[in-house]
Amino acid sequence: MTAIDRTLSSQTMRGVRRRSPATWIRGGGLASLLFLLPMLFIFGIFSWYPIVKAVVMSFQSTNLVSAPTFVGWQNFISVFQDPQFGESIVNTAYFALLALIFGYPIPLIAAVLMSEVKRLRGLYAALAYLPVVVPPVVAILLWKFFYDASPTGVFNTLLASFHIAPQPWIENAAQAMPSIVLEATWAAAGSTVIIYLAALTGVSADLYDASEVDGAGIWKKIWHVTLPQLRGILLITFILQIIGTAQIFNEPFLMTDGGPNNATVTVLLLIYRYAFENSIGGGYGEATALSLMLAVFLAIISVVYFRITRSWSQN
Amino acid sequence: MDRRILSPSDWHKPGVKWSVRLLHGIVLVVLIVAGIGPLLMLARSAITPTQDILEHPIAFFTNGVDWSTFATAWNTLGIWVQFLNTIWVSAGEWIVEIIVATTAGYALSVLQPRYGKVLYGMILATLFIPIVVILVPLYLVILHPPLLNQSMINTWWAVWLPAGASAFNVVLVKRFFDNLPREVFEAARTDGAGSFRLFWSIVLPMSKPILGVVSIFAIINAWKDYLWPLIVLQNPAVQPLSVRLPALQDQIQLNVYLAALAIATVVPIVIFLVFQRFFLRGAGLGGAVKG
Repeated sequence: MTAIDRTLSSQTMRGVRRRSPATWIRGGGLASLLFLLPMLFIFGIFSWYPIVKAVVMSFQSTNLVSAPTFVGWQNFISVFQDPQFGESIVNTAYFALLALIFGYPIPLIAAVLMSEVKRLRGLYAALAYLPVVVPPVVAILLWKFFYDASPTGVFNTLLASFHIAPQPWIENAAQAMPSIVLEATWAAAGSTVIIYLAALTGVSADLYDASEVDGAGIWKKIWHVTLPQLRGILLITFILQIIGTAQIFNEPFLMTDGGPNNATVTVLLLIYRYAFENSIGGGYGEATALSLMLAVFLAIISVVYFRITRSWSQN
Repeated sequence: MDRRILSPSDWHKPGVKWSVRLLHGIVLVVLIVAGIGPLLMLARSAITPTQDILEHPIAFFTNGVDWSTFATAWNTLGIWVQFLNTIWVSAGEWIVEIIVATTAGYALSVLQPRYGKVLYGMILATLFIPIVVILVPLYLVILHPPLLNQSMINTWWAVWLPAGASAFNVVLVKRFFDNLPREVFEAARTDGAGSFRLFWSIVLPMSKPILGVVSIFAIINAWKDYLWPLIVLQNPAVQPLSVRLPALQDQIQLNVYLAALAIATVVPIVIFLVFQRFFLRGAGLGGAVKG
């Protein structure tokens, strides 16, 4: 914009009080809109529109041949009547629970220990993060190879050297889910470690100094300084882990395909099967209905969680 | 002073000092076994004759090394096609993500139109909606794109364009732009720079750190992505490695298959080792934004 342009625009501003298209353009309105166009185009078509459409589709019968028709709550009802629906919820909840037991304390303990390292702290952090950058598909297929149930499987050979009998791992309905959780924890723990390490750096040294003046030992410092200082981030990683594990798909799909005996059919795997493995074609209504229920459930859980934890921090 | 839980006087107590050192040693060993162990196992098995993998699962090179597996996987199996596809997929996603995030971040942070707050709210709202909700409707959009009478199934547009709808990127970039000094913008404006000039010559060059973070994560995420390309790229000729690899497991010799897995791992690991700082700091950054 040149100087003349600007004087012109200020004159028009004075002359015409109302915003005409010309003043809108000179005032930068057109430029703003042009800059927003890529985002409006991409978010509009690939995010906002599909979200609205998901709600509509859950009340419709949709297939690729004829026009969609509204069927009321029929999709929700047929999801509820599917015996796999209950199974998938139980399995997903079981996965989430195991993942919390294995996966929640380990990164915290590791990060607290690692933050005390004086030399080579970068090496510790890099090693912890390494599994996170391995593509999930490679990690899952590699662990599937390790889990080979024959006596000459990789893990079974390792166990044999400790005189432990070979395990069936993912080929057994009772062991499949814990095996999947073990792999998933290995793949994900590193990113949480890095978040905790960053948070630990932010704990002020003054707080530790002050608690030492009060005669606190190491355990008291951890309990009364470190953990309370990390409380905010611990609360967030907790709910993020629940939200994440509720949407587990890659592991059961690639490692066990929901088996053995449906022991690892998760909610997302069921959604995928409704939509893309339906031999009759187009269980799109059921798929969107179930995914909407999952989203609403997670939203309610999160809101309740933040309400409860907020009242804790006020006390 | 750089101190954590343990004070200098704690470090002087021999009991504390040696037990902490012992713990650190244990942590290091566990990290090496867990972090490098599986990858080392993959590398070793990829160059071991299949017979040896099956008979001596954890022994190293009982009957020598077979380097030909990589060539077999690359050429005979044709993994090079999917390798190049993965590069194209991540390059395209990277470009789309950068364009959307920088232009939107600039408009919302610097130009600030009146309706900007509403749009930003609508972008933030998508952060709270699990991706699975839009899986099916998005598939139908790709099948019958609006205004375009041509399906995008089995084209890279089907993965490139939806990747741009990352609220996380827009938030990250906008927040970075919010913290740039406004005086520089004022000065440029007084010198006669228009909105486009300001964007291209002032804002973008000042934003290299955040563009680096967005770029690295765009590329790595494209390399890791599985479910979405599985749905929209059904033709092996356009598939990335992640979608192709599972289909190979029962077709070929074990060691060639493992060599293919190893090939798929090399690029992300190299990117990580080269740009470590971005990852180890960027992840903390991500945590801060989520908070």
